[in-house]
Amino acid sequence: MAKLTFKEELCKGCGLCVNACPKKILQLSRERLNQKGHSPVEIIDQEKCIGCAFCATMCPDCVITVEK
Amino acid sequence: MQEKVLMKGNEALAEAAILAGCRHYFGYPITPQTEVAAYMSKKMPKIGGVFLQAESEIAAINMVYGVAATGKRAMTSSSSPGIALKCEGISYLAGSDLPALIVNVQRGGPGLGGIQPSQSDYFLATRGPGHGDFHVLVLAPASVQEMADMTLKGFELAEKYRMPCMLLADGTMGQMMEPVVLPDPVELDKTPKDWAVTGTECKREHHIVNSLYLSPAELEKLNLERFERYKKIEEEECMWEEYMMEDADICIVSCGITARVSRNAILEARKQGIKVGMIRPITLWPFPKKPLLAAADKVKSFVSVELNMGQMKEDIELAIRCKKPVYGCTRVGGMITTVDDILAAIKSAAEKGEE
Amino acid sequence: MAVVFEKPKALTDAVLHYCPGCTHGIVHRLVAEVIDELGIEGKTIGIAPVGCSVFAYNYFTCDMVEAAHGRAPAVATGVKRSDPEKIVFTYQGDGDLASIGMCETVHSAARGENITIIFINNAIYGMTGGQMAPTSLPGQVTQTSPYGRNTETQGYPIRVCELLSELDGPAYLERVTVNNVKNVRNAKKAIKKAFRNQLEGKGFSLVEVLSSCPTNWGMTPQQALDWIDEKMIPYYPLGVYRDKDGENNG
Repeated sequence: MAKLTFKEELCKGCGLCVNACPKKILQLSRERLNQKGHSPVEIIDQEKCIGCAFCATMCPDCVITVEK
Repeated sequence: MQEKVLMKGNEALAEAAILAGCRHYFGYPITPQTEVAAYMSKKMPKIGGVFLQAESEIAAINMVYGVAATGKRAMTSSSSPGIALKCEGISYLAGSDLPALIVNVQRGGPGLGGIQPSQSDYFLATRGPGHGDFHVLVLAPASVQEMADMTLKGFELAEKYRMPCMLLADGTMGQMMEPVVLPDPVELDKTPKDWAVTGTECKREHHIVNSLYLSPAELEKLNLERFERYKKIEEEECMWEEYMMEDADICIVSCGITARVSRNAILEARKQGIKVGMIRPITLWPFPKKPLLAAADKVKSFVSVELNMGQMKEDIELAIRCKKPVYGCTRVGGMITTVDDILAAIKSAAEKGEE
Repeated sequence: MAVVFEKPKALTDAVLHYCPGCTHGIVHRLVAEVIDELGIEGKTIGIAPVGCSVFAYNYFTCDMVEAAHGRAPAVATGVKRSDPEKIVFTYQGDGDLASIGMCETVHSAARGENITIIFINNAIYGMTGGQMAPTSLPGQVTQTSPYGRNTETQGYPIRVCELLSELDGPAYLERVTVNNVKNVRNAKKAIKKAFRNQLEGKGFSLVEVLSSCPTNWGMTPQQALDWIDEKMIPYYPLGVYRDKDGENNG
């Protein structure tokens, strides 16, 4: 059981977290833009998250907090 | 009160810096100021201080910047070509409002020039040595005693106004030996400065020592504030010495070694019936404009005696608002004005009168 | 549930100004994590450079000094000599450290100055818009090598770790990168060692981090990370170039 929270306003939509996720459960939003005008990261299937923190490790902007 | 001792100017200033509580010296060898570094290299390790021969003048001034950022007294010394290299760092010190002492024992230029005495860095020092809009305090000693006294004064003023101070000596001041009474050791206030980087101890917001401001409004404001400070300095910190000015018809203006030669020329001229006096600026920035302007109402003309092609002459003309003629008496390239040179200039000025 | 990953305390809340996908952000975070883990925030003083990381002083919660271009090691020397109990680090890019500041870099290394240098090598000048760096690869197209870096007229890239490893002064030199999770973890280990060395008085420690510049390389963030693998690592091999610990133990 793991949980990700995103400081969405910090996200620049670079997608490095999406590529790092071994479970492929992250994506850049296709509908929303954050205040900066970027497509922020979002989680598709929280249930599948294993809390490996690969996403947070690769995030240059400290967007992601991981709980486990 | 210390005993009177015989010392070389460069060594007196080095010892005075130590007595002023400076424990961090960074330098690079260059004639004619290398004695300062040599003296510091001997003394500093024995008193728990730091002497570091830097890889370049640029590195030396940036090491000074580092120590200054921590709120401690730091200095470097060099001679003209080396000072040119330090200008980048001096500008950053000014832009970050950091105090520091920079000693310039001037030699002839431009380029490599020579190693003999000169005052040719007058413009460089007084106009703000580096890029940007700023001043440094500029002190011009005319004796070994003043080399020591001005070192102490330089540190005090630099700290008081949080800005760099340049001790602008000519090569003669560095090299000559004279009796000197060194200042008493200064007890420095060890309380951390409220702007210095001393570690937050996780108890306060971080301090940032910085000169970068990308907002034009913010940068303008800082410049304006700095110039308000400069205005206060111009009002309160001018230093000069008047010599036989009471009845003078001609006013010599000179600093450093040429002021000393001028004294002899004044005595000689007076023997010949010409009433000459002298105003010797001790601070070159701020320039003692007030006494000069006051003198302009009394004397017929001014003679600027200096070891450059007439750099200070411009400041005199500005100070006296061109009310009276200012004649030049200059030698350059390491040559020093003789009593005869100055006497000739005095006589010529006496003949020309107020035209 | 317990928090297993969050923003380190040694980073301020300021929003990083770096471009999307720029790995400066990762390295900032690693430095901050190390500061947190070693418990040295209160006695650390950082020196920011000129270049993309010029605003580093806004991002770390410790006291910071902004240096002139290339002069960070000299400024760090002054700070460290003023108070040897403090932990002093510089954070510099390739133009700052290996071009205009090479003299300060080499001599602070030669002195074995007890400071920590984090060196970001992204083979380009980022802040000024993508000009050729001393570490730009042969053939690399930049704004000032529009036909590709021509080694006949523009010379060869400088391998900083290898160069400094010829000196007796440095205690520790390692080249790492942050282009995947494993490498980020290794980079953190290296950065931690470089700080711990200073705490233990071991002397000059430099960690070179092969970093990406998607904007000026003209790539997506992921392509840029791949480019590090394909182009940079072959020219700049990862590894330890000096470790006085190892030498003493071995």
